[in-house]
Amino acid sequence: MSRRVAGALALSALLAMLIAVLAYGVTSRQPDRAIDEALAAGGRQPAPLLALPRLGGGGSGSLSDYRGEVVVLNYWASWCDPCREESRVQQRWHRRIARRGGTVLGVDALDVTPDAEAFIHQYGLTYPILRDRDGGTQAKFGVVGYPETIVLDRRGRIAAVRRGPVDDEFLRRTVPPLLQEPA
Amino acid sequence: VRRLLATWLATTIIAALAAAPAAGASCPKTTLADIEDEVMCPVCGVPLGLAEAPQAERERAFIRSLIARCRSKQEIKRALAAQYGPKVLALPEDRGFNVAAYLVPVLAILAASLGIALGMVTWQRGRRRSRSTHQMLGHTHAFDPAELARLDAELESHER
Repeated sequence: MSRRVAGALALSALLAMLIAVLAYGVTSRQPDRAIDEALAAGGRQPAPLLALPRLGGGGSGSLSDYRGEVVVLNYWASWCDPCREESRVQQRWHRRIARRGGTVLGVDALDVTPDAEAFIHQYGLTYPILRDRDGGTQAKFGVVGYPETIVLDRRGRIAAVRRGPVDDEFLRRTVPPLLQEPA
Repeated sequence: VRRLLATWLATTIIAALAAAPAAGASCPKTTLADIEDEVMCPVCGVPLGLAEAPQAERERAFIRSLIARCRSKQEIKRALAAQYGPKVLALPEDRGFNVAAYLVPVLAILAASLGIALGMVTWQRGRRRSRSTHQMLGHTHAFDPAELARLDAELESHER
């Protein structure tokens, strides 16, 4: 093999590597939309595992603790403005569903604990809240912003997703039918 | 005894008064600008100094509150890592496996410098060797006048 051909091959390999790295960089930054696609196709896929410390101490909590219940999993942060208005809706619905086998489960992400605690106090939140300090769990649920809400049925499958603040209409449409379903 | 006690008391008070401004002068121990370029805005994925997201504003407020409490830069960075996780640090800590992040570039620069130096030495040697070869060739192939005359005669015979 001549030196010129070998040089051209080495250059091509280098270029191919650069393109592969660029492609990986672009695709890895895209949010995972597997959940949304499954829902759009009419399917319910099992929720990923989620285990995190409880906000303000008190051990850890996980999604499996609520197996058999309808879970309204809500990602939020105290610095997120839309989360303020939404937290009132979430609290109202938590009260409404708590006695019927449902719960709102908050996940406070990328937040300072005293700020989050002040937020909880200000809005009188009584539902359980986990703390995801570095936002490490949100990619599993395709969460890219705050607030986002994932609704799980009694069998731990994802039944609905809202990428943005929820309102009464969304929760009325999704949660009561799930409460009627058997575990 | 009274005089001694009074002298001791006066000395103690003067020393305490002199020490107070010195203690005050060491606080604050750092500034927001000094920390901003060494920590990240976790939501935006850029250094905090470049970030304008609401989360970045909260992070700055948290840092300011720690500066006001006279925390050092290292203490503040540790507090940030406790709140947001180690990814909030723009530079990894210089402990354990993370030391590699500092060592590898230094070793790479050293290796590159060594490579360049070796390359230069080899190149210089090569140049010197080829120069001496040329000189040697020059000596061995110097045509003597008799040889030149013979060649001229041969060429002339061909031209005819």
